[in-house]
Amino acid sequence: MSESSASALPPGRPSRQPAVHPENLSLDSSCFSSPPVNFLQELPSYRSIARRRTTILSRDKQSGTLLKPTNSYSSQLKDGIAANLSSQSIREYALNISEKRRLRDIQETQMKYLSEWDQWKRYSSKSWKRFLEKAREMTTHLELWREDIRSIEGKFGTGIQSYFSFLRFLVLLNLIIFLIIFMLVLLPVLLTKYKITNSSFVLIPFKDTDIQCTVYPVSSSGLIYFYSYIIDLLSGTGFLEETSLFYGHYSIDGMKFQNFTYDLPLAYLLSTIAYLALSLLWIVKRSVEGFKINLIRSEEHFQSYCNKIFAGWDFCITNRSMADLKHSSLRYELRADLEEERIRQKIAERTSEETIRIYSLRLFLNCIVLAVLGACFYAIYVATVFSQEHMKKLSDLFQKIVITGWAWWLTPVIPALWEAEVGGSPGHEIRISLANTLGAYSPSYSGGLFCSRLLVTYFYGQTICWIGAFFSPLLPAIATLKFIIIFYVKEWSLLYTCRPSPRQFRASNSNFFFLLVLLIGLCLAIIPLTISMSSIPSSKACGPFTNFNTTWEVIPKTVNTFPSSLQSFIYGVTSEAFAVPFFMIICLIMFYFIALAGAHKRVVVQLREQLSLVRKHSPRGSWRRTFTQGTARKVVFSLEGVKLLQPSLATTSSKLCLQAQPHPASFIH
Amino acid sequence: MGGSGSRLSKELLAEYQDLTFLTKQEILLSMYVVSAPHLVDNEQQARSGNEHTGTPIAERANGSPLSARAHRRFCELLPQEQQSVEASLRAQVSFERILSLPELKANPFKERICRVFSTSPTRDRLSFEDFLDLLSVFSDTATPDIKSHYAFRIFDFDDDGTLNREDLSQLVNCLTGESEDTRLSASEMKQLIDNILEESDIDRDGTINLSEFQHVISRSPDFASSFKIVL
Repeated sequence: MSESSASALPPGRPSRQPAVHPENLSLDSSCFSSPPVNFLQELPSYRSIARRRTTILSRDKQSGTLLKPTNSYSSQLKDGIAANLSSQSIREYALNISEKRRLRDIQETQMKYLSEWDQWKRYSSKSWKRFLEKAREMTTHLELWREDIRSIEGKFGTGIQSYFSFLRFLVLLNLIIFLIIFMLVLLPVLLTKYKITNSSFVLIPFKDTDIQCTVYPVSSSGLIYFYSYIIDLLSGTGFLEETSLFYGHYSIDGMKFQNFTYDLPLAYLLSTIAYLALSLLWIVKRSVEGFKINLIRSEEHFQSYCNKIFAGWDFCITNRSMADLKHSSLRYELRADLEEERIRQKIAERTSEETIRIYSLRLFLNCIVLAVLGACFYAIYVATVFSQEHMKKLSDLFQKIVITGWAWWLTPVIPALWEAEVGGSPGHEIRISLANTLGAYSPSYSGGLFCSRLLVTYFYGQTICWIGAFFSPLLPAIATLKFIIIFYVKEWSLLYTCRPSPRQFRASNSNFFFLLVLLIGLCLAIIPLTISMSSIPSSKACGPFTNFNTTWEVIPKTVNTFPSSLQSFIYGVTSEAFAVPFFMIICLIMFYFIALAGAHKRVVVQLREQLSLVRKHSPRGSWRRTFTQGTARKVVFSLEGVKLLQPSLATTSSKLCLQAQPHPASFIH
Repeated sequence: MGGSGSRLSKELLAEYQDLTFLTKQEILLSMYVVSAPHLVDNEQQARSGNEHTGTPIAERANGSPLSARAHRRFCELLPQEQQSVEASLRAQVSFERILSLPELKANPFKERICRVFSTSPTRDRLSFEDFLDLLSVFSDTATPDIKSHYAFRIFDFDDDGTLNREDLSQLVNCLTGESEDTRLSASEMKQLIDNILEESDIDRDGTINLSEFQHVISRSPDFASSFKIVL
């Protein structure tokens, strides 16, 4: 044991006392054992305790109770003890219930000595907090599938729960996208079509097109095979082409209501832009937490081991088999990490010859892989061109065969090439996201309910949904239904087979990974949409944009109808003269923050070294005197990566510095 | 006894809500959960097929009718003289019964948890209020500081106020499994503990004290989501 703990134990006492013994309470003992008559004496003792809290470790080794309010110290450094003590909610003290009761009684008696105004302030803040809590409780009841997900979490742990919350997020996202499209596009059409409001369609014939361009051949009526209806239903051709499922149905230029004309092409385009923007914002907002965490991880003092050991056990697990699974996965992870560290040490001791040899081998293998992928893309391109030229059903089939054939052939080959040499570190999930885009990689195992291959199909489906929602407004509704069905199927199979995948993933990791891949999918979806909206001429036969050359043309035409001041403002904002300086200013701001973060990192490193130096070199008694408050305030250990940017006192930093000391002889007893 | 003793009073409920992080429903449910294991015998548990005890857990969405039944049942377990509301709240339940709760059964730290939250002099019994404390710390809404403080106490196997090498190695053994063949080898354990101390021991004294622990936990992304118990 370290010298500090040995000296703090007076002889003859057991090393730990139960917290409830009155003489061992780390509150000044006179507070609790004396009746309220001695209350006035307690106030000074509170002062001394509060002072002690800011300068020494308040944990009493013997009693094992930590009295200190477990959040900020800065409140105590300010004025008045009474005000500060009451501003701290009782429940945030790390005491058991009976001690908290007594503390609360003391606080309440203290309150009587305050002014009326202070009392009213405290009372109103308490009631406001209670009201907020009740409101929060109410809103959690509105969450979709709350009970289901909580029970899954309670039985199987938070890793699997994160998967289900992600499915819920996809359902909500698709639902909101569908609502946007419904409100902007479908609702006016339906209102007009079924004569619910007094409006009529406005159809503007375009003058300069050839008659032949405006005719779209629909499948012939008459005698057809019986199964063609089913095929049409499943593949969206034939009779479905004329329904509101597809873009072509909306060959309307507007709806004339009583006071205004509703411009449908503009609404259609805006709904597309709106749902893309909403998806982007929502995904970015959700991934901000995970991003901050990953940013911290990239620092030197990355705490992989501490995270795995201290936060490794999921206390939610109640299932015996899940617990065994968790034990074995923890074992496996720890062993793998230790092994990897040994390998890394070996690598560091490699000679330069070996390094050159290994890197050239890797380069060679990479080139082979890229060549194969290039050939694959070329083959797909040729197949598509061929099928477009000949416009036969057979060529569709041919196209599909080529694509899937390449994918099937490549998947076993390429991992074998990669993994043999690279000896990939565990958990390279980015390979899986590449699988989505290149169709070439695949995870090395498949099985269980939550394997990565299945997740890739969801991301793929969502990307297709984003692209397709422009051409088929009802597609998000279909996607919503699909994800709802998947949720229930997965939940029931989990509950009844009770056999989750052998691979355990961490909630924080997987959340960020899911959202990152979704973001990649969104960016990939935006690219073809922007190309088709701006460059590809819209079809003249059907659809809302028959009167425009390209889809994007709606916007300039609408802007031209605005009043001239607004027009010139819009032209000004979108011109180069505005965009370039704006971009430069944003770059400058970004550089400023990067520099600030770098500077703070350096300060943190220096102060860490200072801490360990001071600890080593000063005798125990003089520790407190040398390490002043001023130095402590400079420390910017942060709770989260973003707080690195704040030079103001981070209270945990002072707590850390001041308490990273040997335990003094107890002041309390 | 009877009617007056069979309900948790509104004031008491509000007081518990003030002093802990639990919601009203969770407090009422916890009364029920404490009493449930005694009512379902092992046979019935085996027949029901899942880890949770029988049907009543499915009714947890209910509010006050459940509390009346729950408290009455809790009282029924106790001897005659302890059946008033006051006494039942102070009644002590032994560790064996608490450890058989489904929420704690599969947990490798269950004994430590019970020991940390017990306030009885012999530290082998939990009262209802201790149990509420336990649930409050492990609830969703507890602050990370509270959780890390109690996590430190749970991981401190020898109760000396710091996590030294023996504490850490016992902690790792709890994590990897309970039988002999699941433990890490001595060299692996040494390497692992060296790494942990390197990452978290800032003042280089060979042990992790509370503030170092809280600092490490504050930067750990998984702690908040793993250190909770869902009723």
